[in-house]
Amino acid sequence: MELAIFYIILAGLFALFMAWGIGANDVANAMAPSVGSKAITIKQAILIAAVFEFAGAVLAGGGVTSTIRRGIVDASLLENQPELLVFGMLASLLAAGTWLVIASRKGWPVSTTHTIIGAVVGFAAIGIGVSTVQWPMVGRIAMSWIVSPVIAGVIAWLLFTSVQRLILERDNPLLYARRYVPIYMFLAGFFMTWVTVDKGLSHIGLDFTTLQSNLLAVAIGLGITAIGTFFMLRIPYQEPEKRDFHFVTVERIFGILMVITACCMAFAHGSNDVANAVGPAAAVVSVALSGNVTQEAIVPIWILIVGGIGIVIGLATYGHRVIATVGQNITALTPSRGFAAGLAAAATIVMASGTGLPISTTHTVVGAILGVGLARGIAAINLRVVGSIFMSWVITVPAGAALSVVFFLILRGLLG
Amino acid sequence: MNSTGYISRIFGASPVRPLQRHFDKAAKCAHKLPKFIRATFREDWSKADAAREKIILLEHAADDLKRELRLNLPKSLLMPVSRSDVLEMLSRQDRVANKAKDISGLIIGRKMVMPEAIQTDYLAFLERSLDTVTQARKSVHELDQLFESGFRGAEVDLLMEMTDELSRLEDQSDDLQVHLRRSLFAIEKELPPIEAMFLYKVIDWTGDLGDIAQRVGSRLHMMIAR
Repeated sequence: MELAIFYIILAGLFALFMAWGIGANDVANAMAPSVGSKAITIKQAILIAAVFEFAGAVLAGGGVTSTIRRGIVDASLLENQPELLVFGMLASLLAAGTWLVIASRKGWPVSTTHTIIGAVVGFAAIGIGVSTVQWPMVGRIAMSWIVSPVIAGVIAWLLFTSVQRLILERDNPLLYARRYVPIYMFLAGFFMTWVTVDKGLSHIGLDFTTLQSNLLAVAIGLGITAIGTFFMLRIPYQEPEKRDFHFVTVERIFGILMVITACCMAFAHGSNDVANAVGPAAAVVSVALSGNVTQEAIVPIWILIVGGIGIVIGLATYGHRVIATVGQNITALTPSRGFAAGLAAAATIVMASGTGLPISTTHTVVGAILGVGLARGIAAINLRVVGSIFMSWVITVPAGAALSVVFFLILRGLLG
Repeated sequence: MNSTGYISRIFGASPVRPLQRHFDKAAKCAHKLPKFIRATFREDWSKADAAREKIILLEHAADDLKRELRLNLPKSLLMPVSRSDVLEMLSRQDRVANKAKDISGLIIGRKMVMPEAIQTDYLAFLERSLDTVTQARKSVHELDQLFESGFRGAEVDLLMEMTDELSRLEDQSDDLQVHLRRSLFAIEKELPPIEAMFLYKVIDWTGDLGDIAQRVGSRLHMMIAR
């Protein structure tokens, strides 16, 4: 294919642009439950975000990337005009990146996932032809957008109710916190590892049998529990008579759990959202390199790394400020709540990433927070704002689609 | 770029602190009554005026807090307690301050001085009613622990005990009220009839203080039960 190098460089730059936008803005919303609970400092949150977003992107970001790359557009129909797919994917990246910058500037709640899916569907359906879109897959994705906040909400409800039952409602919550919090630590470490390993790390050259992945998950879970318990035991025990400080100490124990949850959340966000930037770029690269659209190959790892780097740059240049403001504005989430919401969201996102479904991190987090609220865990949730966040996709999907059609026509006019 | 992050906007303001601050003001207002009453016993009307002035100021302050909290409780809030319970509790709390203002207003307007025979008894009765207010205030201050524990278990039991104690205090203040009325009845023939009538009224309203405080507690019960 002529201009192959040019297309690849362009795709890399556009992907970097969009990943930058995700790092600058979206990470803050993903990390909100963690930084809001004040269990970790802003600096720690940024460090955790940088490390685990990158790890999530590289280790677990492959599935969703593949879905965006070749699950939505039926590439076999474009066999004779592979450059159409290149233009379309480039246009989608530009459209999504532009829309994210506009929306972030205005403070509109948008989802990066909804934007990029809207953009890809848009250029394919309107720019090329309705039949090029694999509608069953698009339907599955749309369903997952409804299901994921619900699942996260249910998990959060269960987690927080169990915390109430096992710890908070006791005569001596501190004693029971010291007893049960390590179990939650294990659960978090075990589950995140298990999903990541189970769906395969083949793209980085690691293949595990079921037994191996189970053992690895148990080992990592136990390791995290050991480290967490070490820090927990450094918090001095208090007799329950000092009741006013009692819950404060209980929350400090949950604070350690919160650090683990923050890592899980950053990892999950990286695994799901980096694909939004990297998926289209991966499609461009594979077409440009091979000259045909149907080639089946795993996502090259260097593209995932580019996405991870973009997110970290976004964090470093702008995202840290957003995280700081979000952290200061959320005072309602104490660590015992933030942990339930964060872990539920992270689990849901990683599960979805494992099946290759691109879901919206923000919506999942909101669903999880609602779940805690329904378990009587949060003093006040403004349902009108929740509604506006959930409704945001109504404008986001068509906006992403419209912009991508415009960019597609421009690119085809210039380069085609 | 807009840097507030929309997730932080989904959290509404918790009604707990405002409720507590409001009742602090209302209770403080009621607790100015003994000073005021003692001044009237000495017929020191300038001192009484000063005390009455403080009561009015505190009542206004409570009113302002009440209005502020109401404005911050839109219907779209999802709370662990029902919105109507919060609003109802707020208006009950507010009536403590209103009652204190009414009592002082009636006494100062008519330049009433209690007959010496019932002065000590009245003060004891007033203090007991105010104990009820204090106990209700303590219960309201358990609200944040209650929110923290998620409305379950040991914390709920503790609050139940506190409201039981509230009822006991209210019963005691009722007994004192009966006793006080009897004492007043014994001497009412010697008093100007209108004066006697209003003395009964003051006793009634003082009893109301304890009554209202107890109802604040019972609303707390309903909040937990949802």
